Amino acid sequence: MMTENCEVVGIMNQKYMLPLAGVFLLFLLAYAGVEGAGLQWFFGIVIPYLAVIAFIWGFVNRVMGWASSAVPFRIPTTCGQQKSFPWIKHNCIDNPDKASGVFIRMLMEIFLFRSLFRNTKAAFNTDENNKLTYSWEIFLWAGALAFHYGFLVVIIRHLRFFLEPVPAWLTFLEYVDGIVQIGLPGIFLSGIVLLAAALFLLARRIFDAKVSYISLAADYFPLFLIIGIAATGIAMRYFTKVDIMGVKEFTMGLVTFHPVIPPGVGGLFYAHVLMVSVLFAYFPMSKLMHAGGIFLSPTRNMANNTRAKRHVNPWNYAVDVHTYEQYEDHFREKMIEAGLPVDKEE
Amino acid sequence: MSKNAIIAGLAVFVAAALFPFWFNIGGTNAAPEIELSAKAKAAKKCVLDKYDMRANHMTILNDWRTSVVRDSNRMYKSANGKEFGMSLSTGEDSCLGCHTDKEKFCDRCHTYASSAPYCWECHTDPKEVTQ
Repeated sequence: MMTENCEVVGIMNQKYMLPLAGVFLLFLLAYAGVEGAGLQWFFGIVIPYLAVIAFIWGFVNRVMGWASSAVPFRIPTTCGQQKSFPWIKHNCIDNPDKASGVFIRMLMEIFLFRSLFRNTKAAFNTDENNKLTYSWEIFLWAGALAFHYGFLVVIIRHLRFFLEPVPAWLTFLEYVDGIVQIGLPGIFLSGIVLLAAALFLLARRIFDAKVSYISLAADYFPLFLIIGIAATGIAMRYFTKVDIMGVKEFTMGLVTFHPVIPPGVGGLFYAHVLMVSVLFAYFPMSKLMHAGGIFLSPTRNMANNTRAKRHVNPWNYAVDVHTYEQYEDHFREKMIEAGLPVDKEE
Repeated sequence: MSKNAIIAGLAVFVAAALFPFWFNIGGTNAAPEIELSAKAKAAKKCVLDKYDMRANHMTILNDWRTSVVRDSNRMYKSANGKEFGMSLSTGEDSCLGCHTDKEKFCDRCHTYASSAPYCWECHTDPKEVTQ
């Protein structure tokens, strides 16, 4: 029993040690490449442009691949009463029969992760019954929501480096995000929420035995990468400091296609940029594509109207049918001879 | 989902993802230049070197505030040997005492980097007041 446990633990370690080492390697690559070899142009210009191309091209390609795949059946997962007799209450969102219901259902799925909200966990009771019970497990949903919204605000906030002049709505977002005025530069809540939530999701994968068992390197890698990105970003803003004017000159150079390498911006910044670039380039070929896939989930984006409407398989080919009329035309004389009834006598 | 709807959604996604590129069409990568006042030019040395100052001035001001308010210690001896009054806006040896033009020295970069420091919620630049 003991050795079996150790083996299992050993395999699990491999699953997260490899991606962890990979992220460390990426960090060191950029840091050493800039500080040691002076490869600012490579990590600051070549890599980010390649990452943008890989992200857009890969994303579009992936979604077009899904778009061209067959969805022959209506397979919405239903979580409520289907539309039926008028005196039976219809759940028009959890079992939508119209596009409007589907739209609301999709909104709640995309913005509130509604199906994750229903997450349950199975466990055996600890008393002598040892009965299997299912209980509501809200923490994955709460962690996921914090993570995604934290990340969204962080990404939108970063537009201040990419836009000139900075729009007023962005300044307002920064104001709201920085409402807790601690220290100088003031704390942005979103960055801390992002890092904390990512660490929580990582801890869940490592310490929850059942989740750990089904977690692969591809599950850990984006988490480590995002934790690395958040940690380097927070380090630059609050601790090691970076010349923000140089940073904006650099980012504005990228988006105006006149790239510049600012003096006085060090390896930590380029490590941040490399990890972000890798995240973007890796996005289309990984599970992160759930960002696009959620819109195309046939179990969510279809109305449950299989009985109300006739759905014909779109690629049905024309089938030659031999109708009864044709049959009778063919065998009429023989049928009359045998005394069988016919529709037409002649 | 129909293929047309998916392509329309993708078009919106690509446009949104490339937002910084088309927002800045005709824009420039040049950061605004700050103008040093004659007094600052003549003084030559600030609290720290140029890039250190750019990266750390907010931390220094925060430390100064603590030092003045908690310890009533108002003089700062910098690493390069110069002494400064620990004040943003009061006195000849304060920040604004040397960098006399807030608009051309502080605001240009703060606006460019979309940084809205709350310093100016209490401190005022006397020259800004129009009477």
